[in-house]
Amino acid sequence: MENHDQHAQAHPGHEEEHHHTESFVSKYIFSMDHKTISRQFLITAVLMAFIAMTMSLLFRLQLAWPGERFWILNFLLGDKWAPDGILDPGMYMQLVTIHGTIMVFMVLTGGLSGTFSNLLIPYQIGARDMASGFLNMLSYWFFFLSSVIMLAGFFVETGAASGGWTVYPPLSALPQAMEGSRLGMTLWLVSMSLFIVSALLGGLNYIVTVINLRTKGMSMTRMPLTIWAFFITAILGVLSFPVLFSAALLLIFDRSFGTSFYLSDIYIGGQALEQTGGSPILYEHLFWFLGHPEVYIIILPALGLTSEIISVNSRKPIFGYRAMIGSIMAIGFLSFIVWGHHMFITGMNPFLGSVFVFTTLLIAIPSAVKAFNYLTTLWKGNIQYTPAMLFAIGLVSTFISGGLTGIILADSALDIPVHDTLFVVAHFHIVMGVSAILGMLAGVYHWFPKLFLRHMNKKLGYIHFWGTFISAYGVFFPMHFLGLAGLPRRYYSNSAFPMFDNLVDINILITGFAILASLTQIVFLFNFFYSIFRGPKSEQNPWKANTLEWTTPMANTHGNWPGKLPVVHRWPYDYSKPGKEHDFVPQTVPLEEGEVDGGGH
Amino acid sequence: MIQSLIYVAIILTIFAIGYLVRVFELSSSLKGDKPYEVTEKDNRLMSKIMLTFLFVFFAFVIWNLIEYLPLMLPESASEHGVGLDWLFNFNMAIIFFVFTITHILLFYFSYKYYGRKGNIATYFTHSNKLEMIWTIIPATVLAVIIIFGLKAWNKITEPASKEAIVIQLYSKQFDWTARYAGKDNELGASNYKLITEENTLGMDIKDSKGADDIIVKNEFHIPVNKEIEFKLNAREVIHSAFLPHFRAQMNCVPGMTTMLHFTPIITTAEMRTKPYVIELMKGINEARAKRGEKPEEFNYILLCNKICGNSHYNMQMTVIVESEADYKKWLKSKKPYFKK
Repeated sequence: MENHDQHAQAHPGHEEEHHHTESFVSKYIFSMDHKTISRQFLITAVLMAFIAMTMSLLFRLQLAWPGERFWILNFLLGDKWAPDGILDPGMYMQLVTIHGTIMVFMVLTGGLSGTFSNLLIPYQIGARDMASGFLNMLSYWFFFLSSVIMLAGFFVETGAASGGWTVYPPLSALPQAMEGSRLGMTLWLVSMSLFIVSALLGGLNYIVTVINLRTKGMSMTRMPLTIWAFFITAILGVLSFPVLFSAALLLIFDRSFGTSFYLSDIYIGGQALEQTGGSPILYEHLFWFLGHPEVYIIILPALGLTSEIISVNSRKPIFGYRAMIGSIMAIGFLSFIVWGHHMFITGMNPFLGSVFVFTTLLIAIPSAVKAFNYLTTLWKGNIQYTPAMLFAIGLVSTFISGGLTGIILADSALDIPVHDTLFVVAHFHIVMGVSAILGMLAGVYHWFPKLFLRHMNKKLGYIHFWGTFISAYGVFFPMHFLGLAGLPRRYYSNSAFPMFDNLVDINILITGFAILASLTQIVFLFNFFYSIFRGPKSEQNPWKANTLEWTTPMANTHGNWPGKLPVVHRWPYDYSKPGKEHDFVPQTVPLEEGEVDGGGH
Repeated sequence: MIQSLIYVAIILTIFAIGYLVRVFELSSSLKGDKPYEVTEKDNRLMSKIMLTFLFVFFAFVIWNLIEYLPLMLPESASEHGVGLDWLFNFNMAIIFFVFTITHILLFYFSYKYYGRKGNIATYFTHSNKLEMIWTIIPATVLAVIIIFGLKAWNKITEPASKEAIVIQLYSKQFDWTARYAGKDNELGASNYKLITEENTLGMDIKDSKGADDIIVKNEFHIPVNKEIEFKLNAREVIHSAFLPHFRAQMNCVPGMTTMLHFTPIITTAEMRTKPYVIELMKGINEARAKRGEKPEEFNYILLCNKICGNSHYNMQMTVIVESEADYKKWLKSKKPYFKK
């Protein structure tokens, strides 16, 4: 366990590397330094998130005021997709689809793991860099390319993919079925394939780095929970993304080469297709075999960041460190055997449905343990309200309230009346969308000094948090009721049904909060880019934290530590330990005689 | 004009924020402290907002419940749906309880334990007893939820009885067709290769079982208190037959037949006289009047609930539940598709 430092110390090349000056291209563009790559991921993700958020505003306008004219729609989308400022139904579908895809994959998978796994894994385990800087660089550029291609769909004549972010065939397989299933769908599949390559390159790198490059003394049970979360997340990604790749590949075959993996007995556009024997249900199984672990790929890193931030700012050890590790592992394992709960009403064997009910509800147990452990960490703390801490507490709230409605959806019988309604949309936005975004933002505020050596403005951070948190609930809490009233998701307008006419006020309320949320993000964008250049410079350990990243000087040193690598003597959560001079004891401080490590196990 | 004003406003806002930040920064650098460090004053302010948020949030939740619960679906019009609604409320009660407790704790702790200068937090790393408690209690509650849920699930997914009236619901972009099995209660064979403009379901004329099959569009009728078995098909993409008032839903998948069955227990006419529904329709018709549209009567609806193309949002069929006598009369007025 303890002799990995030799690998790390002997990591070749680094001593020489930071002597010669690098060109602009190798320093900022094709950089192999984990810190630069992390910044690249973050800035790309922030821009993509802003684009995807704008998309959601556009379709929210349509949902609140169906058929009304908005010059902004015509201005942004042009005459073809928003004639006279009225959103075209095809465009609505494209916006919904690409909003989901970008948020789930580009922002909360690529952006979240890409930024923080890259930044924190080497820093917090005491490594000079990732195991393979080259693969790491490739990972970013595949991600970048995939993001660009995903957006390119909007610039082709027939528009972007529009079959929902899950792109179920036959809708996505048949160019005749809708305009978005033509070139736009091809671009979606190309983009997603590149994204999977990126995720795999990144994931393998994270796993290898955590296993091999821990510094002396950094045993697995002394790793911060951030690293545990990133580690398990990477394993989930490496095991599940290839399955999505195979699903996409078979879909490409069906679309282009006349195979029938997913197609059977189809009559469309005035003719019966040749394909027989395939099943769209196969695609659903393959998709959700990734799709469910995917939501944990999104939420686990956010929970990892939160664990660290809550502990540092409560000035208390994280409560139940080992239980937290156990919960992360249990969630990771269970996430692979629950995918069927997305498919209760596909006509799947009811007994199989029962099995998935059981496994899905089991996940609630480790999740509950995590939630209660956060609460206990706050209890009798000395809470320092940095903006990061606010976002972390916000995550605990949304993780609980969104997770609870999952109990309804996991229960196959209760899922029937709410399946595919806006109740589901409300549930997953709160539990994984909002929670993960809050976690990611908490990370940005907390580690901004490590990313850009400066601080973001605290007061703007406060405004940003309260604006975001209040409007997030304002958007998604009332949305549950739309679902309970039977309103399906992905409806361009609900004015075709008299039974939904009384819901228009709820839709207006939601859109109002969505606009407020978006305006608040402008405050963030400003704060973010302004602080990169003009924020106040940071000292070495501004939050008085124990983890290793704060033991390096505030500079972008290639190889992270100017001299030897730090040696770890204790777990990372010795905050407010009795008998110590300060309320924090960095991991590099040796244990005193008779002192017990790791909370006295 | 308005556009350019908005641009100017946006640009001015950005500049204004920029200057504000500079002022903040300069004033704090004059004072000589680190502007990013949180002070006790910050902590106290945030802790108070946390507590305020707790109250505002719960006020919002309660306001939502009062305002929006009367807009929800009326009581279940199907036999299994009654039990399902009970189970739903039971689970919701548990959820609401846990939600309330955890949020009170979260925001109260956030309020009470804000950082004060010189204060030291309690070093409390773990407690096996506590962790056992919040593993075992959720596990027990979940066991109850699972048992109740699976009981309901098994009942709903049991095969339909032999006497159930068989109706095919055929979905295509973007409408529904219902086909009644007729006197023999068996649907005639069909094949997608036989689809023509007239024969939209691709029915096989050679199959004598299909001779008495009746096809209807826009509206279909079912008798009250009789079990109905729907056989679901799709022509080109996945659709989903969603009957929210009957708490029933099943996907329609090309290349296979899925099944769904339930027993309606309230006729359309009876539902229209329920006080809840009268109130509900009043609200709906007020909203319609505002838009200058004609008032509507309550109806059960079949709608598509799986994204199926650009007009996914408008794919519907009205369902009429009536007495068996009325149902038979209605069915008699329809002619079989293949007139001999």
